Amino acid sequence: MASHDAHTARSAGLFASPGTSSFSEFLGAYAPDLLPGARPLPEGVTAGDEIPHGTTIVAVTFPGGVVMAGDRRATAGNMIAQRDVEKVFRADEFSAIAVAGTAGLGMELVRLFQVELEHYEKREGRTLSVEGKANRLASMVRGNLAMAMQGLAVVPLFAGYDEVRDQGRIFSYDPAGGRYEERDYHAIGSGSVFARGSVKKLFRADLSAEDAALVCVQGLYDAADDDSATGGPDLARGIFPVVAVVTADGYRRLGEDEVGAVARAVVEERYDAPGGPTAPLR
Amino acid sequence: MSMPFYVSPEQQMKDKADYARKGIARGRSVVVLQYADGILFVADNPSRALHKISEIYDRIAFAAVGKYNEFENLRLGGVRYADVNGYQYDRRDVTARGLANVYAQSLGTIFTETNKPYEVELVVAEVGEDSGTDQIYRLTFDGSVADEHGYVAMGGQAEAVAQSLKDRYQEGAPLADALRTAVRALEAQDSERRLAAESLEVAVLDRNREHRLFKRLPAARIEELLGAADA
Repeated sequence: MASHDAHTARSAGLFASPGTSSFSEFLGAYAPDLLPGARPLPEGVTAGDEIPHGTTIVAVTFPGGVVMAGDRRATAGNMIAQRDVEKVFRADEFSAIAVAGTAGLGMELVRLFQVELEHYEKREGRTLSVEGKANRLASMVRGNLAMAMQGLAVVPLFAGYDEVRDQGRIFSYDPAGGRYEERDYHAIGSGSVFARGSVKKLFRADLSAEDAALVCVQGLYDAADDDSATGGPDLARGIFPVVAVVTADGYRRLGEDEVGAVARAVVEERYDAPGGPTAPLR
Repeated sequence: MSMPFYVSPEQQMKDKADYARKGIARGRSVVVLQYADGILFVADNPSRALHKISEIYDRIAFAAVGKYNEFENLRLGGVRYADVNGYQYDRRDVTARGLANVYAQSLGTIFTETNKPYEVELVVAEVGEDSGTDQIYRLTFDGSVADEHGYVAMGGQAEAVAQSLKDRYQEGAPLADALRTAVRALEAQDSERRLAAESLEVAVLDRNREHRLFKRLPAARIEELLGAADA
């Protein structure tokens, strides 16, 4: 009987007052157990290394768009949990999202964010502005704060094409939901320090989409070079980074063959120069 | 103290049904029909902002006639139903059949339990892999569901529109021909009616698209298609 009541209450909830166009806000009232941040956590316990973590993500802007790329490794302590994990996703037609940190929660956050954007679009008949999307993501990350405090942190990187300014934009987050707009390029995750240093030297304002993708792959190679949790191109198995381009034409994930060609070229060059391309000294 | 008059349940239901029918008959019509690449929705609706045809999910769309605030409320609820289920299970697990059931329950409850029934009629359609697996459900104000094939007409002069569709409808017609058939049918609402691209709301569920199959056709495209069909 109780379950029957719960069911009718839920059906009624679907049609009750037009309410919010935010999916996560609606879910919080309608079925809070489906929201990651609303789950009770055991007290005084911190999650250990045994839960898989996703690692490095790089994003680089170019005139008219932005490229986002992620390596394929997930680690659980010193173990490689998965070698072909995907951490870069289509958020909607004109934006991409990637996650670093606790892999399971990250995937859930991505799925929730994708529905959040589509839900708003269908209900309101218009898409959110880039800032609107970035702000919604910030409040969703904030909802995870309690989990982050117990060792289940997840941080996204968001990149979108801004139709008004005709340019790509990058937003990074901290576990408390802080939202920071990044200029030109950014990297997150365990290998981000190395990736950011590498991308800093390779970035220029007039990159083409192809070259921006190359800069990302170089950055990920340098991250994998010095960070054990970041995976490099796996030539033996044919596993290469996930690379996505967002422009006025929408979101496009590069095909395996396209990324494979770029990654193979990068590895080839490194046989001669293991440190990769050098920047001019003056 | 005055005694209320006794009204038999039969009479009550009949009054409510008449009331709802009258409300629906005042509005303009909408037609939904299968064509070569999917399902076509055409509404006699000059508004660019207040839609009678909408996307619900990847392969599912919604068309309605009657009172705007009432069917808009149902549309918003339908989007919630679809997104919650797609999030909880998988995108493939959201079906028109499930949605039609939720609408039937909701409309049935409103019809029997409230004084004022909804003055709406809906179509929930899902495009399949081929025309054999397309699903079109028609829902009326009292929560009845009918499983339709080929074409559906609803709204003000539904009978005249349906008659025109019956005479002209051809299975597997290309988009331009199907649109022409639909517009001719809507023009049958009354003898003087001529519908230009600007006064039509047109959308398709096109099985050849990717991911989200719903697409609205802009006025320029409607004009082009109507021109092609006339040539």
